[in-house]
Amino acid sequence: MEYFLIIFSAIFVNNIVLSRFLGICPFIGVSKNTSTAVGMGGAVLFVMTLATIITYLIYTLILVPFDITYLQTVSYILVIAFLVQVVEIILKKVSPDLYRALGVFLPLITTNCAILGVAILVIQNDYNLFESVLFAVGNAAGFALAIVLFSSMRETLDELDIPEVMKGVPVALIIAGILSMAFMGFA
Amino acid sequence: MKKELSKKENFLKGIIKENPVLVLLLGLCPALGVTSTAINGMGMGLATMFVLLLSNLVVSLIKNLIAPKVRIPALIVIIASFVTVVDLTMAAYLPTLHAQLGLFIPLIVVNCLVLGRAEAFASKQNISASLIDGIGMGVGFTLALTVLGAIRELLGSLSIFGIKLIDADGMIVFILAPGAFIGLGLMIALMNFLQNRAKLKTA
Repeated sequence: MEYFLIIFSAIFVNNIVLSRFLGICPFIGVSKNTSTAVGMGGAVLFVMTLATIITYLIYTLILVPFDITYLQTVSYILVIAFLVQVVEIILKKVSPDLYRALGVFLPLITTNCAILGVAILVIQNDYNLFESVLFAVGNAAGFALAIVLFSSMRETLDELDIPEVMKGVPVALIIAGILSMAFMGFA
Repeated sequence: MKKELSKKENFLKGIIKENPVLVLLLGLCPALGVTSTAINGMGMGLATMFVLLLSNLVVSLIKNLIAPKVRIPALIVIIASFVTVVDLTMAAYLPTLHAQLGLFIPLIVVNCLVLGRAEAFASKQNISASLIDGIGMGVGFTLALTVLGAIRELLGSLSIFGIKLIDADGMIVFILAPGAFIGLGLMIALMNFLQNRAKLKTA
């Protein structure tokens, strides 16, 4: 039950994009059509789960025993940047299909604050390793859900007659606001 | 390089013409996440400005020492060190503000604004131009966040900078998440409107 709550609240109640405001850049940037949004969602799911496991292990096995937790930010961001590179190289060799699908999105993920955000939240919330994995998967699913919903709304937006100054990002942000209101119904 | 900017132009561009939040659309996460009040917006803006200034300074000082291949990791380490400095300093001297900004302080590291300026400007320009760019961009960022925070605070709780203006409940939705998106959307639309009008005048 407790595990179910972690996942449910990560996807719906505290949706990472619509209520925690993490990962807004890709949310606005790569949501112009649904297929790229699905790709980005998949790439985030993959990297976020891996990054959370590895940073969790680094925190508990290295930073805490040596009493250097103040290096959290520096070490995490390096690990994430490194990880994204490694994932890219491995995917290229092992699964060219998946690489083609996720390829262009992987480098963008290094500066996706959702990844670093979740890695830090896991430590702040005192989760154990299993709970951390659930939390990461839930948040990534929440990100994917939000970006896919949002992209399908934006596709329809293109056909509407919108005032010149509202075109593009402004109207997208307002749509995101309405989407966020809908998600508040879960709280 | 296109043309040399004068010092004044270099400073002013960050505030209006290339305002990081409203025009370049960089650093939207903190712009949405911490602007439930004007004070929070301002605190976040100043913290980011501090990091931006110091990272621009250091990057432009050592730009010739960094091998091009490891440039991005080197920039990230420089930025992350200053973010840690800000994080620890704020935790010690401004604990309430630090608690309210919470997660968004360490996340300055991945603020595309800071890395973007270090990469696009400071690693190519001399020290004084980089410093001025940092101040201009920082002021522009702080201003955008403070104004958005003030609007949300005013509409949401009818107060400004924590001072209650009318003793009644405001539109609570502006304090909550949807208000952030809608408020920022309207601010960007206003900026587009003003820019279009300025273009029409010069044309």
